[in-house]
Amino acid sequence: MTIPTSSTAQVIPGQGAMAAPEGAKPSKAKRQRFLFLKNKKAAFGLLILGLYVLFAIIGPWITPYDPDARSNDLIQPPSADHWFGTTHLGQDVFSQVLDGTRPVVFVGFLAGAIATVLSVIIGITAGYLGGKTDDALSALSNVFLVIPAIPLMIIITSILDSASNLLIALIIGLTSWSWNARVLRAQTLSLRRRDYIEAARATGEKTWRIVGFELLPNLTAVIASGFIGTVIFAVLSLITLAFIGIVSAAGWNWGTILFWAQGQQALAQGAWWWFVPAGLAIAFLGTALSLINFAIDEFVSPRLRSAGKTKLKTASGGTVRMRIGFTPVLSNSAEPHTRAWPIPINTDGATPVAREVAGS
Amino acid sequence: MRYFLQRIAFYLFTLWAAITLNFFIPRLVPGDPVQSLIAKFRGQLSTEAINSLYVLFGLDDDKSLWTQYIDYWKQLFQGDLGLSFTFFPSPVSQIIADALPWTVLLVGITTVISFLIGTSLGVLAGWRRGSWTDGLLPVTTFFSSVPYFWLGIIAIFLLTGPDSFFPSSGGFDSALIPAWDQYFIPSALQHSLLPALTILISSVSGWILSMRNMMVTVASEDYITVAHAKGLSERRVAVSYAARNALLPNISGFALSLGFIVGGTLLVEIVFSYPGLGFILLQALGAKDYPLMQGIFLVITISVLVANLLADVAYLLLDPRTRKEG
Repeated sequence: MTIPTSSTAQVIPGQGAMAAPEGAKPSKAKRQRFLFLKNKKAAFGLLILGLYVLFAIIGPWITPYDPDARSNDLIQPPSADHWFGTTHLGQDVFSQVLDGTRPVVFVGFLAGAIATVLSVIIGITAGYLGGKTDDALSALSNVFLVIPAIPLMIIITSILDSASNLLIALIIGLTSWSWNARVLRAQTLSLRRRDYIEAARATGEKTWRIVGFELLPNLTAVIASGFIGTVIFAVLSLITLAFIGIVSAAGWNWGTILFWAQGQQALAQGAWWWFVPAGLAIAFLGTALSLINFAIDEFVSPRLRSAGKTKLKTASGGTVRMRIGFTPVLSNSAEPHTRAWPIPINTDGATPVAREVAGS
Repeated sequence: MRYFLQRIAFYLFTLWAAITLNFFIPRLVPGDPVQSLIAKFRGQLSTEAINSLYVLFGLDDDKSLWTQYIDYWKQLFQGDLGLSFTFFPSPVSQIIADALPWTVLLVGITTVISFLIGTSLGVLAGWRRGSWTDGLLPVTTFFSSVPYFWLGIIAIFLLTGPDSFFPSSGGFDSALIPAWDQYFIPSALQHSLLPALTILISSVSGWILSMRNMMVTVASEDYITVAHAKGLSERRVAVSYAARNALLPNISGFALSLGFIVGGTLLVEIVFSYPGLGFILLQALGAKDYPLMQGIFLVITISVLVANLLADVAYLLLDPRTRKEG
C-alpha cells in the first residue's frame, strides 16, 4: 500500500545513483552498531519497535479483560475501567488491541523473513550469474512487481477459507518479495565488477564463498532495509485482509477490530474510541519501522541526512546558503575575500615557462 | 523503438502470467463449489451458465488440464468472464464495465495529482535541505504508515455529518440518474472529493521522499556545480538541471507503485461505499462470488499494465538514452 520508502530502492543499474554500502569489518562491528544507534531516528524507531515486540510477547497475558468477554457496558467511551472504551457487545477495546499485537507482529516479521530470503536468493543469483538466468529471474520478479499484490492476496486468502496466521504470512511473503529482489539484483550488478570481487574470483574462490563472504556482507544494509520495508507492507496487508473480513477465523488483530467497528456502524454512533486506537497502533508501528529504514539509508549514504541549519546570516545582513561543493566566504572586511597569495615561483625550476616569468 | 517493443513483449508476458494465475487459483478451492452454488440457486442457473462455471472452476473431469486451459482462453476472448452470483444473472463483464470507470477516474486523477504535488515538494525538500521542508518528512511518514482505509474512516468521522458539504458515502446523489448532465457531474465530483483527498494524503509522501532523495543525490553531481558556476539562477539550476535528472527514477517508480496504490484504493472505496471495483469486490467476497472476484482481479491487472505502458511512453519521451537505437 505504501510506496517503498527506501532510497536504496532507487537504484537504477548503470546510473550509479547509489554509493555502495561500506562493508563493516568484523572487528569494528561493535563500534559501527554503536554509531547506528547514535542516529536519533534509529534509536527512536528501535525503541518503539522494542515496545511492540514486548507487547506482542506479553500482550495476551496482561490484558485486563478477556478480549471476547461480553459485559453490560455497551459502547462506553474510555474510562478508568475500560481505557479504550468498549464495543457493541461490551468487549474491552484495550484488551483487544493488546491481544491483537501478537498476530500482527508475528505475521509482519514472518512474512518479511520469507520475502527477504526469497529476494536474496533470487536477486543475488540473477545479479551475480547474469545471462539467461538473470533474464528469466528478472522477468519473474518484474511480473510479480506489476501484478497488483493486494487484490491477488485477497483472492487467494478468500479461496483458502479461514486461513491461519501462518498461512497468511506465507501468502504475503510469497507475493511481496519482488521489489527487494530487484533492488538486490541492481546492487549485486554494481558490486560484482568491483576489484575485490574480481580478486576473489581470480584467486579461485568458489562461487558460494564469494557470494557468502564477499557479496553478502556488503549487501547487509540493503537487505535490512528491504526486510523492514516488507514488514511494513506485510502488516498493512494483514490489516487490510482482516478489515474486509476474510481472516476473521484467526483471532483478534487490529484489522479485526476495525472490521467490527466498521460493520457495527461505530462511526454513526460516534464511537471514535473503537477504531482510533487500532489505527494509531498501526501508524506508530509503521512510523517506527520507517524511521529505522531512514536511519539505515542515512547510515549507508550520509548525504541523505538532514543537513541541519544550512542558511547562514552574514554580518552585512545577507543570507548565504551552504551547499555541497560551494563554500561561501563570510568575512565582510574591506580586504579581498580570497586568502590566496601569489604563488612563489621557483626560479631554479627547469620549466621554460617559469624562467620566462622570472626573467620579465 | 526497440526498448518500446521489449516493454510491450514484457507486458504481454505478464498478462499471460496473470491470466494463467487466474486460471489456476479457483482450482485450489476444495470441494465442488459449483454444486453448492447450483443448490443455492435451485434451478435458476441455465445449463449454459453451469457449463461455463465448470470451465471456470476446472471441475470438468472428462477434460485434461490442457483442454480446460484452452477453453478458458476461448471464453476470455469472447469476453465471457462467467456469471456473477451476487448480481445474478448479470454477466461479470457487465458488472465490471459499470464499476470500472469510477475506479479508473478516481485512482487515475488522484494518482497523477499526488505524483505532481509530491514530486514538486520533493524537489523543494531535496534542494532546500535544512529549511522548514525537513519537517515535512516525519509528518508524511506518519500519514503513509496509516492504512488508506483508516484515514478514510477518520475523514468520514471528522468531516461528514448531516449538514456537512462532504457526503459520507456513495458515488453520486441517489436521487440522480447517471448521465453527463449539469446535475450529475457536480454531484459525482462532490462525492469523490473525500475519497480522493484520502488517497492523496496517503500516497503523496512516497513521492516526496523518493524525489527528495534523488534530488540530494543529484545535487552533488559535477554538472550542478558547473551550472552554478555559470551563474545561472538558483531556480533554473534546481528545475532544469537537478530536478530534470532526478525525475527519471521517480517516473519508473510511478509505474511500479501503481499496483500498491490500486490495492489501497479498493479499500478506500469500500469505506466510502464508492461504486467502484473495490466496493463490488467486497460484495463478491461476502457472497463467495468467485467468477466476479477473478474478473475484478483480471481487470485490475490489465489496468495496471496499461498504466505502466503509459508511464513507459512518458519515460521514453523524457529520457533520450532509451531512444537511442542500440
